Amino acid sequence: MSIDSAQQDIVDTFEFFDDWMDRYQYLIDLGKQLPELAPEDMLADNLVSGCQSQVWLLASGDKSKLCFRANSDAAIVSGLIALLLQIYSNRSATEILDSKPWFVDKIGLSEHLSPTRANGLASMLTTIKQHAVLASQ
Amino acid sequence: MNSAVDVAEKWDIDAIRAQFPTLNREVHGQPLIYLDTAASAQRPLAVIDAITDFYRNHNANVHRGVHSLSQEATELWENARTTMRDFIGASSCKEIIFTRGMTEGVNLVAQSFIRPRVGPGDKILITAMEHHSNIVPWQLVCEQTGAELVVAPVNQRGEVDLDGFSQMLDERVKILAMMHVSNALGTINPVAEMTRMAKAAGIPVLIDGAQASPHIQVDVQAIGCDFYCVSGHKMYGPTGIGVLYGREQLLEAMPPYHGGGEMIRTVSFEKSTWNDLPSKFEAGTPNIAGGIGLGAAATFIQQIGVENISRHEADLLSYGTQRSLEIDGLNIIGTAADKTGVMSFTIERVHPHDIGTIINHAGVAIRTGHHCAMPILKQFGVAGTARASLGMYNTRQELDVLVEAIVKACKMLR
Repeated sequence: MSIDSAQQDIVDTFEFFDDWMDRYQYLIDLGKQLPELAPEDMLADNLVSGCQSQVWLLASGDKSKLCFRANSDAAIVSGLIALLLQIYSNRSATEILDSKPWFVDKIGLSEHLSPTRANGLASMLTTIKQHAVLASQ
Repeated sequence: MNSAVDVAEKWDIDAIRAQFPTLNREVHGQPLIYLDTAASAQRPLAVIDAITDFYRNHNANVHRGVHSLSQEATELWENARTTMRDFIGASSCKEIIFTRGMTEGVNLVAQSFIRPRVGPGDKILITAMEHHSNIVPWQLVCEQTGAELVVAPVNQRGEVDLDGFSQMLDERVKILAMMHVSNALGTINPVAEMTRMAKAAGIPVLIDGAQASPHIQVDVQAIGCDFYCVSGHKMYGPTGIGVLYGREQLLEAMPPYHGGGEMIRTVSFEKSTWNDLPSKFEAGTPNIAGGIGLGAAATFIQQIGVENISRHEADLLSYGTQRSLEIDGLNIIGTAADKTGVMSFTIERVHPHDIGTIINHAGVAIRTGHHCAMPILKQFGVAGTARASLGMYNTRQELDVLVEAIVKACKMLR
């Protein structure tokens, strides 16, 4: 499955929901299913800056296949992380760097994407791309 | 439309709300419920109209021209100064310096008053509940001079521990800088009493009044402080404008903070001389429309009556606090005996950011995070809170919606 088809899957899922409360509930539930991080992963070095909640994001693997693990102390942000992992984890660095996060607009999350938003979706996307740049060097 | 005076006599909340155009809008299809006044208040028509009138009819630079517009602009600007003098109870317009806001007022005093007066071994005393803008300017001075920042303790209700405070008043303390009202906790500090204690020890006093001026009576002469700072936008006025009150004798002795036009008497390449107060501290073309808007805001508050506003908000605080305690796992941060309308809280197993995000979809605007007061939240063992803060336009019904929205959000999140 490509990054684009993973995004399309998410868009299709969100189309089921009539209202915002259902979308948030879905995100919250996704977040709850995220595997917890070990205490040794939750270090200041792994914090994504620019988020009002705490977000830890770790990358492993190499440029042929990057894996991400992440979690947050806030529920909705954890749900956003789950979406990002579905899209970006287990991809090559090139694939990540060539992609555009168009799903955000399509599922009505664009109001969260501006760099000034406190939930830090934009910061998380930047961090993922930075890991991809580092891996390809 | 009812005048503000009629409104105050009957406390006609609908008429008050009608003065604030933003309150008519919807957010996500729901009527806006604005509970973030401590971050920035909404603006009444009186302020919006004063700004518009200035730009439409009188716009020109102040203190510069012989032409009519410049004279009108100067008159409006200086009238605003007079209004602010009366609003905070100063004795002279020379003591009213227009600034960009409370933050600039503190920085001005830190650099022009304190920096030349302190060195290693000297102390600057603040309280543990200060806003970052009454911490960081002093830290900068400490770095520049070798002075030490010392912090008066705050108890678990969010009140200054007056015994601990009094023990810190010694001859090495060169200024006490404290907030009148806490933005994060709502605490009203006994500033008159604390000022008396500090002055008895020979210590000058600066008060951050950003959260006091919209909610409670401010009288700088009754308090007895040396400096008092307010921000326009917290008191229903424009952003980017505020006032620093300073005792004339101290301001006279202080060097200018910023250099430029307006603050000089003569300029030559060899030496310039400074203008009289208050111009000495107002370099460059000021925020003229902002100052005029701030004057209009102060007049609006006076017409409604600050004691009426205090009474209304105290009723709301008591009602809102009682209702919010119905929420399972809710813990109020800041339970001082004397409080303004600030309800700062955490909820077990729920992140404040999630609460704020979800209830925004019910039209409810609250602040979440550290409220620029990280040290005091750390003392309470939290990184952030959700904070509902009240203004003159809020109602009990709005607090009902707040509580219902939080209950709903908690169900989703747990």
